Amino acid sequence: MDKSVLQALKDEAFEIRCSTIREIASFGSGHIGGSMSIVELLAYLYYREMNVDPSCPHKEDRDRLVVSKGHSGPAVYATLARKGFFPEEWLSTLNQGGTKLPSHCDMTKTPGIDFTGGSLGQGISAAVGIALGQRVKKQNARTFCIIGDGESQEGEVWEAAECAGAWKLDNLFVFLDLNGQQLDGYTKDIIPQLHIPERWSAFLWDVHEVDGQDFEQLEAAINDAKRIPGMPHMIVMHTVKSYGYIPGEGKEANHSMPITKDGAEEAIEALRKREGRA
Amino acid sequence: MKDAHAYSHYRDAVIGAVVDLAKEHPEIVFLDADLSSCIGSTAFKKEFPDRFFNCGIAEANMAGVAAGLASTGLVPFIHSFGCFATRRAYDQLFISVGYTHQRVLVIGSDPGITAQYNGGTHMPFEDIALMRQIPGFVIFEPSDIQSLYALTIQAYESGSSCYIRTPRKGSNFRYSPDDEITLGKGIKLRDGKDVGIIATGVVMVDAAMEAAELLKAKGINATVIDLHTIRPLDTELIEKTASECGALLVCENGRYAGGIGEMIASHLATVNPVKMSFLNVGDRFGEVGNLKYLAESFGFTADNIARKAEALIK
Repeated sequence: MDKSVLQALKDEAFEIRCSTIREIASFGSGHIGGSMSIVELLAYLYYREMNVDPSCPHKEDRDRLVVSKGHSGPAVYATLARKGFFPEEWLSTLNQGGTKLPSHCDMTKTPGIDFTGGSLGQGISAAVGIALGQRVKKQNARTFCIIGDGESQEGEVWEAAECAGAWKLDNLFVFLDLNGQQLDGYTKDIIPQLHIPERWSAFLWDVHEVDGQDFEQLEAAINDAKRIPGMPHMIVMHTVKSYGYIPGEGKEANHSMPITKDGAEEAIEALRKREGRA
Repeated sequence: MKDAHAYSHYRDAVIGAVVDLAKEHPEIVFLDADLSSCIGSTAFKKEFPDRFFNCGIAEANMAGVAAGLASTGLVPFIHSFGCFATRRAYDQLFISVGYTHQRVLVIGSDPGITAQYNGGTHMPFEDIALMRQIPGFVIFEPSDIQSLYALTIQAYESGSSCYIRTPRKGSNFRYSPDDEITLGKGIKLRDGKDVGIIATGVVMVDAAMEAAELLKAKGINATVIDLHTIRPLDTELIEKTASECGALLVCENGRYAGGIGEMIASHLATVNPVKMSFLNVGDRFGEVGNLKYLAESFGFTADNIARKAEALIK
């Protein structure tokens, strides 16, 4: 990856994180942990990979993203706003009555949201359907989907996995946000998610494993996956829950956290310092 | 409307209607959950191999995949036995289809006791109650092959999501192609002023018509309504029947709670409360047996309907 591209992506990720933290602080609390862990992926997809047009969010042959772990909405909204799908002022309406930005991603409310997520396990089935629909309609389009490791405890994830594998949906790219945590604590203490690459391989998926906070690794995995025909693609992303919202990093209870407006600015300053930004 | 009398079984008529629609509408696709041989969606696969998908025995995923397909502009019909098509896939139908405003037409076969030899594990008694809770779903259950064909065509043309509650095996021809069969409008099969019998589905409409003959022999004239469309409820016909007869017996091959009788009672309570009685599966699970045994066991017989109607107006 070219150094200037890498820097631009890092800058974008920083801005998405700032917007997300302020967005959640505007309401006073929210799903910070699972939002922050996927920021690099969102930046990469929307700025380097996906064929989307913010001025025409329902363009029929667009690439689509299903955020199956729909509680990551705040980060998705921050990305969509920065990309121009809707005004950035909307971000301060998160979860307020009548908002277009509800806690969990909702395709009926938010421009740029391709499918509703939040009832865990359901988004990946819809993503399989969308990828199949793109194939039926002979579109040269792809479906991207983000699932969680806690979410992978849902049986529906595996129904969808075997279905996509059997149907050889090679236009489907699913990213697993493997941050090791879920609402009640560490995944290893609840229902451990072990042998993940082997599991997806057994369901006939093309599997890649990356540091989900590393743009170069994400790019390499996505480009490798695009060269593998006849299989859906699983990119296992090792991530840190709450990455970039430093007060939440390493905390057990970081799924949803209260954030004050002052706290948000302090957290952004701390992140700015850690990233060596002026 | 096309003459559906050439179809030998209910399943042939419902799939025949979908195949006829699919010839005109390339956006129609069909998903089954390893029961395509049972409903005959193999005929759709034969005609449109690139538009048929067997999702295997995974109904929840099938409903979610259908929702995804719908979001790309396709119109999926999906099938499983009624219990699996609704109970097993309910949150997916509720959230991924209903909440997202995606359009999916769900065929749930073997309603109520018509599941017969598959027994209690396979009998949908509460499917109507479940599907009623999802805003936007039209629900119908035909009482013969001609109406099944006609209503399936109309359900597609309505532009709504739909739950089609249909038997698979057997046949019954009550209507001709010239009869007026309209989604959302019940059909008055007999006119009488003493008592109104509102029946839904093959088992109950057959029994109700026979019961009306038994009642006539006793000097009681019954109106019999084939209430094929459960949602939207034909409130106009129900109110008219209630005011003309003054007493209503509602017969359904399913459960009272959330079912047709409860819908009608709660509607009439607000406009014209009349004496009512209800025939349904009560507070029981299903069991195995042939249709005759099960109909007698649950009281879904002409004798029992006549007895309840008579008791209602005494």
